Amino acid sequence: MSDTTAAAAAQPDISEVADWIALLKPRVISLVVLTGICGLLVAPGHLHPTLAVAAVLCIALGAGAAGAINMWYDRDIDAVMRRTQRRPIPAGRITPGGALSYGVGLAVASVAIMGLATNWVAAGVLALSIAFYVVVYTIWLKRRTPQNIVIGGAAGAFPPVIGWAAVTGNVTLEPVLLFAIIFFWTPPHFWALSLYAHADYAKAGVPMLPVTHGARETRKQVLIYTILLAPLALLPWAFGFSGLAYAGVAAVLGAGFLYHALRVWRDRQDETGRSLTNDAPARQAFRYSLGYLALLFLALVADKLLLG
Amino acid sequence: MTAMEITSMTPEQRAAFDRRRRQKNWAILAVLVALVVLFFFISTARVLRG
Repeated sequence: MSDTTAAAAAQPDISEVADWIALLKPRVISLVVLTGICGLLVAPGHLHPTLAVAAVLCIALGAGAAGAINMWYDRDIDAVMRRTQRRPIPAGRITPGGALSYGVGLAVASVAIMGLATNWVAAGVLALSIAFYVVVYTIWLKRRTPQNIVIGGAAGAFPPVIGWAAVTGNVTLEPVLLFAIIFFWTPPHFWALSLYAHADYAKAGVPMLPVTHGARETRKQVLIYTILLAPLALLPWAFGFSGLAYAGVAAVLGAGFLYHALRVWRDRQDETGRSLTNDAPARQAFRYSLGYLALLFLALVADKLLLG
Repeated sequence: MTAMEITSMTPEQRAAFDRRRRQKNWAILAVLVALVVLFFFISTARVLRG
């Protein structure tokens, strides 16, 4: 038991409200909520505004619950990694049991309220997304395979499907395309981050791609997934689900992402693949990827709502 | 936290403990009120929708 954990055991109630909010990973929630709202807005049909707000709240709560359970399970590696060791559990401000109860309680509440407010298809997909993140990504894949991000990334791809299902009560090709876009966006996004944060992952024994296959292979994979993502983002237009305005924005954004991925691939490096530029291109690609996804989904909504 | 632990606190620790507890009590109240409001509006919207 570390000193901080021992201190927490002696003084169990030192948590602040902010710690309980931090357990929900608010920064992750923001992108989840954005894509969930986009799914709601582009779906055909009408949902009462109150029920739409409830649906968005449930998507946010469900994502937060999954984040809290993830922090409970990963508390040992969070304590080792510099980026995460100040989180409430490794810092000893919240007990692991408290975090788990909180996460499970929120998960159950979010699914139940989603079912009562909208329909049980949306609630089922929400439950599936929470279970996928906790069981498939956190417990099963994260510590076992460098493909953790690829398969586990599906968990983060559910929100537009949930939003769509909340309105329509079913899941058709359109939300599956949105799912696919986020699914293929996740690897280049996280591998760009892991290129400059891999020392932390190595210390914690998490088999991220740069740790197991080296930085050179990771840069190549960032480029491959971006090459797949750029045309994939045009599929909503190709299937007649959105208009030319969206296609134009998706093409420009995709070209920008490809430019950044190429810069990551061609980053100056030594013979071991270690960056000689402090991974500046990877840092820029990571930031760009965040804006890419947000703008892509906003373009889809704008195209649908403004241009029909 | 036991009564023994609370009484053995220094005045500063006790003040910080009371502040955190008040803060959390208000947060729980806010969440409960929000839930009541949310359920009221969800029920109303579903009834209106038929």
